[in-house]
Amino acid sequence: MSLAIELENIDKRFGAVHANVNVDLQVREGSIHGIVGENGAGKSTLMSILYGFYHADAGTIKVFDKECHFQDSHQAIAIGIGMVHQHFMLIDNFTVLENVMLGAEGGYLLAEGMDKARTELQRLAREYGLDVDLDATIESLSVGLQQRVEILKALYKGAKILILDEPTGVLTPQETDELFKIFAALKEQGVTIVLITHKLREIMAVTDAVSVMRQGAMVAHVATETTSESQLAELMVGRKVLLDVTKSDIKPGEVLLKVKQLNWQDQHGVMRLKNINLDIRAGEVLGVAGVSGNGQSELLQVLSGINPIQDGCIEVHGNSFTVKQQTNAGKMREFGMAHVPEDRHKMGMITEFSAAESAILGYHKDAELNNGIWLKPDLVEKRCLDLMQAFDVRPNDVKLKSANFSGGNQQKLILAREMEHQPEVLLIGQPTRGVDVGAIEFIHQRILDMRDAGKAVLLVSVELEEILSLSDRIIVMCDGEITGRMAIEDADERSIGMLMANAQQAHDPLQANEKQGVQA
Amino acid sequence: MSRDTRLAWINGLLLPLMNILTAFAATAILFLLINVNPIEAAKTLLYGAFGYGEGIGYTFYYTTNFIFTGLAVAIAFHAGLFNIGGEGQAYIGGLGAGLVVFMLFPGLSPWLMIPASIFGAMLFGGIWAMAPGYLQAYRGSHIVITTIMFNFLAATLMVYLLVKVLREPGKMTPQSVLFPDNAWLPFVHDVLPAFGIEMERSPLNLSIVLALVMAVLVWFFLWQTRWGYAIRATGRNASAAVYAGISQKKIIMVAMCISGALAGLVGINELLGYHHRIIMNFHIGYGFGGIAVALMGRNHPFGIVIAALLFGTLYQGGAELAFEWSNISRDIVVVMQGLVILFCGALEYMYKPWLVRWLAPVKEVQA
Repeated sequence: MSLAIELENIDKRFGAVHANVNVDLQVREGSIHGIVGENGAGKSTLMSILYGFYHADAGTIKVFDKECHFQDSHQAIAIGIGMVHQHFMLIDNFTVLENVMLGAEGGYLLAEGMDKARTELQRLAREYGLDVDLDATIESLSVGLQQRVEILKALYKGAKILILDEPTGVLTPQETDELFKIFAALKEQGVTIVLITHKLREIMAVTDAVSVMRQGAMVAHVATETTSESQLAELMVGRKVLLDVTKSDIKPGEVLLKVKQLNWQDQHGVMRLKNINLDIRAGEVLGVAGVSGNGQSELLQVLSGINPIQDGCIEVHGNSFTVKQQTNAGKMREFGMAHVPEDRHKMGMITEFSAAESAILGYHKDAELNNGIWLKPDLVEKRCLDLMQAFDVRPNDVKLKSANFSGGNQQKLILAREMEHQPEVLLIGQPTRGVDVGAIEFIHQRILDMRDAGKAVLLVSVELEEILSLSDRIIVMCDGEITGRMAIEDADERSIGMLMANAQQAHDPLQANEKQGVQA
Repeated sequence: MSRDTRLAWINGLLLPLMNILTAFAATAILFLLINVNPIEAAKTLLYGAFGYGEGIGYTFYYTTNFIFTGLAVAIAFHAGLFNIGGEGQAYIGGLGAGLVVFMLFPGLSPWLMIPASIFGAMLFGGIWAMAPGYLQAYRGSHIVITTIMFNFLAATLMVYLLVKVLREPGKMTPQSVLFPDNAWLPFVHDVLPAFGIEMERSPLNLSIVLALVMAVLVWFFLWQTRWGYAIRATGRNASAAVYAGISQKKIIMVAMCISGALAGLVGINELLGYHHRIIMNFHIGYGFGGIAVALMGRNHPFGIVIAALLFGTLYQGGAELAFEWSNISRDIVVVMQGLVILFCGALEYMYKPWLVRWLAPVKEVQA
């Protein structure tokens, strides 16, 4: 059978991040091809290159045996590639028909094009079993139906290859099953489907072949029937030589952080944290593993006081906080909590501020920086210089704009700011994301130094080997719940990977209902 | 020169300069269309603004108002808020200044009377801005909508008060009685002779000193205090500010309050400094002008003082132009101001892509 897509040696960098490393991919025409990998493995970048959003730095793209050089996505659409994004690109108060027509109105007056579109859509709906009321507004449809509209839109534009980016992330189990039926119908009609996901169960259920990506590179291409979930999990997470950190024996002391029955709901009413219970002792690192987006960020933000407590209790060094106490990040800091946020540009620093100004973020009220009402610039700069020297931040220019430091040095500055205050509890999210190798080892050593100094450390990371090499105990989070707890001695990448992936199957019916409730 | 410093020069000096020149060029074309020689017109304008003592006085008198409103807009802007209610806050500030004067004992020493009145202006202006601030912080109403509505509220309230409550008995004009002379801020032409300098009579009064002091205080507040730090952090990156434990609600309230207090000081310059009674519509145009001043001055007090001087010049010089040339009406000032706002505000970054490409190109990152 001929190939629908053939990618050779695709390479793409964003600044220091090597998003795609010499990627090869072959997708047979009329097949369902899965691409799996952890978040940040480069799946979405690869598909964006195929769809004409980004240009590859190197490599060739062949679609239906024709070499293509897409300048933009219009050209990709013209050749028959359609994409259904994770977040739908639909106009809520337009009808289905109007949404599908958008960009292909066919003339100045709508009526003519509308009739044509209606006939065509009715044909497509019949052939592929994509039943939708064409005159319903998008906002009145459930998420599953909205996704159908997206698929219809792509088919209407003549897509023969359909790329779906995490299509089931927002669906209920029933809707997912419906989607898979549609896949079967599409396949029967000769449409090629590329399915991007990190849910292994789905890969096993619907795909013909699967490619695994890790850290920007393709690590395996296998036929689905010859593989298993556990093998894929292993490939996805990878087995890398543990980074060389020397860890002393654990000497746990008193409990410094205790979390009891913490629940948290986001503004859309979705439960992001469900009944979280944990405690961390002095001199201990608790690693939180999980595919990102499963409640780890929310956990950090509630613990650090950025988001208010809604339900449950947090105890920091014996001080207890519940919904009755209005927590905020400043107050939690006063009680000995320090927080290195996951996203340093969005939260950890103010990129337009000088290094000195970013180095006092959260500590600008410190008495030693202020003389009465005067926040003294010389003291601020001195503080920054001390931090830079302690953590070897280069260049050690306190007046340089924060944005102009490399990722590793920005991260070191933030770590310095939070660690040098000798907090009791340190929350760290993704300490080495986008950080060069040299800095990684340094940062890991500093985290262990905090542990050895008798602090409690909560480490959230999507890098499993980081969790394994630094933690004393590990919890695994999935869908807002803690799905596994283990001591470091009992943990290995495979078992954690299975917990992360397996737990995806365990759908919480309550949450499915809530999601539907939001849509209704 | 590093790319950063080049960019700073482009943003800070070159861009405003080119924008203002474009605005002037557009004005020149307009003049040509109505058969006025633009060069002659420019001469008249400059003479009107700086050619003689009284003109200079007026220029700086107007400048004072623009400094106050420009600073007001800038403070809010640093917190990420767009305060377009400077008009109303200036108007109500004037009411506050006047009410304090009327409430206090008429024979009070000016050393007490004037500061009290200044405080009144700031208090009233501040409260008038805090109301939209409260609505934004706690109710989520957009500050742009509410501040502009508060302008209308201020105008209506003042008409009511000046017609029904504060009007001078037996007079038809909607204005209050004259302030007692202990509430008169000294004119500059009365003060300067003490230093041996003679100056023609003009409305210029000591408010200009207050304006310059305020500019310095605003600079100190924004860049040298922890509250200023919190305000700037919020404006630059709100989620980082929340991470730092800075309360967004509090910042909105504080920034709006200070912003309104500064705008309210227009009332001091106009009423305590010149009119010496509460009158109608003394504030017109300064609140909105302040937005352009802040934009042009890059929200930095030093830049604001310079930009305010430009606007003061246009105000006074434009009036001279209308007076001297029969085919130019007073409205030309508004047109010129409009063009300056258009090119410095709305089209602020029109030249930037070209300037950056020419003077500070990005070096290709080597893969």
